Amino acid sequence: MRFFADQLILGLTDGAIFALIALGYTMVYGIIELINFAHGDIFTVGGFIGLTLISILGLQHAPPALLIPGVILVFLVAMSLNGLLGVAIERVAYRPLRNAPRLAPLITAVGISFILEGILFLLKGPNQISYPNLLPGGSLNLGFASIGVGNVFIILIALGLMIALNQFIQRTRVGRAMRATAQDRDAARLMGVNINRTIAITFFIGSALAAAGGIIYGFDYQTIDFSLGFRNGLVAFTAAVFGGIGNVVGAALGGFIIGIIIDFVGGYFQGGQQWSDVVVFSILILVLVFRPTGLLGMRVPEK
Amino acid sequence: MGVLLEVDQIDVFYGRIQALRGVSLHVDEGEIVTLIGANGAGKTTTLRAISGLTPASSGSIRIRGQDITRTQAEDIVTKGIGHAPEGRRIFARMSVRENLDLGAYIRRDGETRSDMERIYTLFPRLKERQAQLAGTLSGGEQQMLCIGRAMMSRPKVLLLDEPSLGLAPLMVDTIFQVIREINAEGTTILLIEQNALKALGVAARGYVLETGRIVKEGPSKQLMESPDVQKAYLGI
Repeated sequence: MRFFADQLILGLTDGAIFALIALGYTMVYGIIELINFAHGDIFTVGGFIGLTLISILGLQHAPPALLIPGVILVFLVAMSLNGLLGVAIERVAYRPLRNAPRLAPLITAVGISFILEGILFLLKGPNQISYPNLLPGGSLNLGFASIGVGNVFIILIALGLMIALNQFIQRTRVGRAMRATAQDRDAARLMGVNINRTIAITFFIGSALAAAGGIIYGFDYQTIDFSLGFRNGLVAFTAAVFGGIGNVVGAALGGFIIGIIIDFVGGYFQGGQQWSDVVVFSILILVLVFRPTGLLGMRVPEK
Repeated sequence: MGVLLEVDQIDVFYGRIQALRGVSLHVDEGEIVTLIGANGAGKTTTLRAISGLTPASSGSIRIRGQDITRTQAEDIVTKGIGHAPEGRRIFARMSVRENLDLGAYIRRDGETRSDMERIYTLFPRLKERQAQLAGTLSGGEQQMLCIGRAMMSRPKVLLLDEPSLGLAPLMVDTIFQVIREINAEGTTILLIEQNALKALGVAARGYVLETGRIVKEGPSKQLMESPDVQKAYLGI
């Protein structure tokens, strides 16, 4: 029972990170039908921006009273900067190809992924770099299980961001414009929606959430390296497909489920950690074959 | 009443194919004008050129004298042009109410609630279904929503693209009744129809489009009596 609970918490923590990345994949796919393969690396960049800010502010040595506002500031600034990076990538690499055959932006995305990894390699080197965990330590003892306070924080931060995102998309004028653009670009223009701006906002939000994921990853694993985005990006992409690509709630759900699956496979099977990626990508294949619309894919008739 | 919308000698191309050749037409304030013609004559293209979705490569389009030929589609709605496009193009995965809210996207005046009530008065069926996803509506209801959505921007001129297409006769009558009402309340209308008889019945004037050219124009009555029009479009 205790072991089960431990794996569940681990899974939810990893899942929170995957979900935050998956949201960016699904939002971008939803609005321009592009699988943004650079998104995993945008996540890594976000993590590094967070680390740089932490060093600049000296938060590792900050007194507890300054830690909370400091961490909030790190999140806000890193998310904003990473959001701007996403907007810049869209502007330079994807927008000129908006009306090109679909393969062109897809290959461009792979290219951007290599460029980002290359830049991180040059700036940060090939080694793992240690990342301070600024979340509170200790654990809550629930009798049947004990839960790390840091894990609880990670899950709560991720859930908070997801709820905020969902409210934004469902309730605000800009959110409505995003959904309209995703459903019918011409019709959205007839309503007065500026498509370029709406797509830019989508990239901003997706990249900002990836930055939050990157910082959380750093706190959780206490290490970061230039190539982190490759595997985590693919797993998060699987989560987005699993939940139903284009569907924001699906991406969040898919992220948590994939996280739990990975940690259960890793925890319960001999040598399971080697197998967890096999299981994840087998799920990707099975979903693509048997239910390409994913768990919460579009089921409403268009006509 | 002066000229509200003026289309002057526009050419439109899809790639290398020319869809419109020197099309000119005008719509006066308060009028209903119809553009009739066969499939592929360029009716939809004319409306798409006016609302900026398929920009004209030459010629000019003006509303109340202001040139909008090079204006982006998303800004043209702010000039007072509402477009209920071909195929309705409602937002299927949003509720009826959200579709109407999007129709008022450009407005910041806070009077959209009363306008929405006005749409619901014109189309009581939409009020019953306001929380329903638009994709689940019947074809006729979707057409109502499409017109209602375009009206939410308070357009000076409403462009209607085949509002009767694919609808049951009773529904066609309802839609045309509403077109009259909207016009009576002060909105100018440019109407495209294949149902030429219905269209000329409601419009004051009409234009006949053939393979990208205006071949005939005049008061509806005159067009209805023209042997060419009768033969080609009225099935008489």
